[in-house]
Amino acid sequence: MTASHGEHLTNLTLSVWRQKGPDAAGAFESYRIDSISDEASFLEMLDVLNEKLIDEGRDAVTFEHDCREGICGSCSLMIDGQAHGPQRGTATCQLHMRKFKSGANIVIEPWRATSFPIIKDLMVDRSAFDRIIESGGYITSQTGGAPDANLVPVPKPVADAAMDSAACIGCGACVAACPNGAANLFTAAKVAHLNLLPQGQAERYARAESMVETMDEYFGSCTNHGECEAACPKEISIDVIALMNKDYRKAKFANRKEIARS
Amino acid sequence: MAQTTNTTRGPVTGTAHRAKKRKPFLLDLYSTAVGKKYVMAITGVLLIGFVITHMIGNLKMYLGKEDFNHYAEFLRELLVPILPRTVFLWILRGGLLGAVVLHVHAAYGLTLLNRGARSVKYQSPRDYQVATFASRTMRWTGIIVFLFVFWHLADLTWGTVNALGTTAADGVFVRGDAYGNVVRSFERPPVALLYIVANIALGTHLFHGVWSLFQSIGWSSPRFNKWRRWLATAIATIVVVGNVSFPIAVLAGIVGQ
Amino acid sequence: MTTATDPRLNSKIPEGPIADKWNNFKEDMKLVNPNNKRKFKIIVIGTGLAGASAAATLAELGYQVDAFTFHDSPRRAHSIAAQGGINAAKNYRGDGDSVHRLFYDTIKGGDFRSREGNVHRLAEVSVDIIDQMVAQGVPFAREYGGLLDNRSFGGAQVSRTFYARGQTGQQLLLGAYQQLARQVGLGGVNLYNRTELVDTVVVDGRCAGIVVRDLLTGELQSHAAHAVVLATGGYGNVFFLSTNAMQCNVTAAWRAHRKGAMFANPCYTQIHPTCIPQSDPTQSKLTLMSESLRNDGRVWVPLNPGDARPAAQIPENERDYVLERLYPSFGNLAPRDIASRAAKRAVDSGRGVGPLKNGVNLDFAAAIERLGKDVVQERYGNLFEMYERISGENPYDTPMRIYPATHYTMGGLWVDYELQTTVPGLYAAGEANFSDHGANRLGASALMQGLADGYFVLPYTIGNELAPLLNKPIPGTDHPAFKLAEQEARDRYSRYLGTNGKRSPDWFHRELGKIIWDNCGMERTEAGLNQALADLPPLYEEFQSDLRVTGGGDSINQTLEKAGRVDDFFQLGMLMCRDALERNESCGGHFRTEYQDDEGEAKRDDENFAHVAAWEWNGDPMSAIRNVEPLEFETVHLATRSYK
Repeated sequence: MTASHGEHLTNLTLSVWRQKGPDAAGAFESYRIDSISDEASFLEMLDVLNEKLIDEGRDAVTFEHDCREGICGSCSLMIDGQAHGPQRGTATCQLHMRKFKSGANIVIEPWRATSFPIIKDLMVDRSAFDRIIESGGYITSQTGGAPDANLVPVPKPVADAAMDSAACIGCGACVAACPNGAANLFTAAKVAHLNLLPQGQAERYARAESMVETMDEYFGSCTNHGECEAACPKEISIDVIALMNKDYRKAKFANRKEIARS
Repeated sequence: MAQTTNTTRGPVTGTAHRAKKRKPFLLDLYSTAVGKKYVMAITGVLLIGFVITHMIGNLKMYLGKEDFNHYAEFLRELLVPILPRTVFLWILRGGLLGAVVLHVHAAYGLTLLNRGARSVKYQSPRDYQVATFASRTMRWTGIIVFLFVFWHLADLTWGTVNALGTTAADGVFVRGDAYGNVVRSFERPPVALLYIVANIALGTHLFHGVWSLFQSIGWSSPRFNKWRRWLATAIATIVVVGNVSFPIAVLAGIVGQ
Repeated sequence: MTTATDPRLNSKIPEGPIADKWNNFKEDMKLVNPNNKRKFKIIVIGTGLAGASAAATLAELGYQVDAFTFHDSPRRAHSIAAQGGINAAKNYRGDGDSVHRLFYDTIKGGDFRSREGNVHRLAEVSVDIIDQMVAQGVPFAREYGGLLDNRSFGGAQVSRTFYARGQTGQQLLLGAYQQLARQVGLGGVNLYNRTELVDTVVVDGRCAGIVVRDLLTGELQSHAAHAVVLATGGYGNVFFLSTNAMQCNVTAAWRAHRKGAMFANPCYTQIHPTCIPQSDPTQSKLTLMSESLRNDGRVWVPLNPGDARPAAQIPENERDYVLERLYPSFGNLAPRDIASRAAKRAVDSGRGVGPLKNGVNLDFAAAIERLGKDVVQERYGNLFEMYERISGENPYDTPMRIYPATHYTMGGLWVDYELQTTVPGLYAAGEANFSDHGANRLGASALMQGLADGYFVLPYTIGNELAPLLNKPIPGTDHPAFKLAEQEARDRYSRYLGTNGKRSPDWFHRELGKIIWDNCGMERTEAGLNQALADLPPLYEEFQSDLRVTGGGDSINQTLEKAGRVDDFFQLGMLMCRDALERNESCGGHFRTEYQDDEGEAKRDDENFAHVAAWEWNGDPMSAIRNVEPLEFETVHLATRSYK
């Protein structure tokens, strides 16, 4: 449509992890980007690379992306050793090239975790997250039977805190960034969201118990490094992990018959 | 470089159906990572309590041989005459030993779990954002402290690696003379250095451990969260400064025979 | 223009006064005994708001449900990107809202091009949606007393929009996803992820099932069912640059269209007024800033063309607050199509702002002064952050720059009152159908419609259709029709791989998008549409002969997926232009420059065009047949839409 008004970055070298399939051996391959607008997003830079590759008759780099506005959680790149790259509180799709300098060598790797097996190139399978949600990350409420929405007031601080946790986009950066490959931030964000709300109290302990135990089948353990919080594009606080730990402990000790009394 | 695959294609359904046989509830709790962390936190609290008490007790060294040996004797006579001499001390020792075993066992289990959770490492250098040196070296500082404890027992409890002379004057382990044993041991510069290094490792371990245990147990509140880091720093500093002062004091001649 | 009503386009609106129609339907509909529900298999394609809520609810009722998504997880569906909110006639503000008023606002907002019966039902069930979502734990914004908060939104004079910060769509989708996940966990739903529909199969005039392609293995697979629901979203990506997610596509709807489902009003596309203007040529998509920003932001451009001073240096008397001047009673909250055109005209008059002069200001200085920075931050903090991240400018200090972009498509598969397409057994829900928004959708109504269809309409109407089929056999996947569809799909994907031309699918998509945006975008002319219809077929031919898809067909290949989607967009694009050309009036999102009044407002032609145009496939989009369903207005009075 119209020419760019931004500066251009020149002479970028990309080291991109290429891997044909889950069981294939992978390796970094180097590509050059001669010039790219600093207004371009990181993924648009990969689009440019891919068009170039297709022009040359080569396989495009497979990477997951969709909404490109930081909410669907599809994008998942380890850029220069950081999940979602150098900008805090940002998913890869909202990272722009103005964060980089001309002549840079940018290393792009997929998320690495045993439960996030590589599908191809930079794309991994994050279904383990769905298994965690399926095991209890919901409030049982069959369609049609809900009482009036204003029947149970939710104090504003509670609603706000629940919303803070519910902001999770399920991208997996927490697992990717964690030196232990732990999914505690992801799981705890959902536990906190639902366990903070009055509507979630009935299943509170059952939820904490089954979600934690499902998480355990797939992921490592939390050693409180805080890397997950730093990598989280929604900047969800590791305070939610403490809350999950508390509810899990209570789930083991509390008498669930008295759940409605507190 | 393959990561393990679980991508058999086909529909996903019925994933929540799991007939799980529950163990007795404490074992059940301990079987998960979160439960193990909980155990690590509780045993950690016990061990921190011991480390602080141990350091404070040892400060008696600055009051002289009499006071120090008297304190050692006092420990042996705890709860006498309700219990015979040294029995309560042995109970305490048993508790400590249990805490150490659980702490190490849980740490070992979690380490295996964590190694398995990332079977293929990142192939490019990681750029850590907030993980501290302390948090990333917990395993190593833990191992250093653990091995050091054996040396420490061999040195000052069993005496097998204490000063190896033939008479008290040129250095020999004397059961009951805790003060003298400490001084004779620390007069050897390499041993003093070992104690200093081990205690710095201990302090590093505590710096992360004290903060971390609040998270693991689930003690989190906007009221006091900002104090957790302070508390960790304070405990680590006090323990290190106190403990490291002993070998230095001996080498500097402030404390001597 | 209007031709006789086609018997296939029977809307099946129930008898009775408007407020009783839905109840009358529910009282008269046939039911399936709870124990018999498990004998029916229902396929749901797409797991966004409409698909996930339908799949979860149908599974709760006891039907066997197979759900398909091309994403890795249902949580990625593009419903997640809706920011502003969801409307419901709760009247929690006590400001005079009612079901009837929501109904009327929606009909009027749609420029009197939607069906009364459907829209009234939508307004009725809107209140149940809020109850259901709150019960599921959606953290809607609350007042300090703990009750639900509301905000106002374009096209309404009451506050009826419920919201969860700027992430309402995300929270609602996660609510529906969690309910679906529960059913997957319990075994009520078979979930197929990374699987894309490539064809629908019709046997003896009934939808017998679908053919899907496993994106990871390239394998084609047939699935037979008693009913198929398409909840596959809209086709806004035909423009290449839109606010839709990169993978949004028309393939499922288009493939159904080719098998006999009529496609209604494809020219009704919505341009959203508040997007971030394009900043460079490699741009792959546009980012929307929630319309809720117009609650407190003021739209203005410099009074004089070519005024290049920074916003802060332009004095009040040299600013033109376009919407406040033209539409004093609705001001900055004028409906989307009206606000969009006002912005386009301001930019076309040379008064655009920003380095490329391709935007208008959305200024929060007055709001910050009136409410304080904290309140503004509380309301829009995350949107401001997002803007800063993308543009590199801080909207607390300098006005945001916005420009319209394609956002939503009101057109879609034709459905009757029961959301059934012209192919019995095939349903369309959410944005994929055409039903409720007429020629223009009001803000915060898409979420409402998706959830209404999935939670509270389909679960009833599907039963009505299935009840008579109890214990009757349905064609299995070994039926020749399935084998034929599989073979066709296999040939199609081999063709993409084997063309070996020079251009990538993206290149063609970009060229296609340019033609559609220039000629069938915000303003359309007869000459432009004719031009597009002349340019599209040769470009499509070039696509077929000069396409290059690298990689293979037996593992994930995003280039190949894209090729299939662009193919269908080409065909849809032609149909869109034909529909726009045939509709000789301006209404809602369809603005034909030939049909405007002296002030440049849309001029409808109710005499000749108060109808739905439902296009029938006959082998080539350029010769598709235009059928008509007249719209009958019993309750509302057709009026010129005025927001002055």
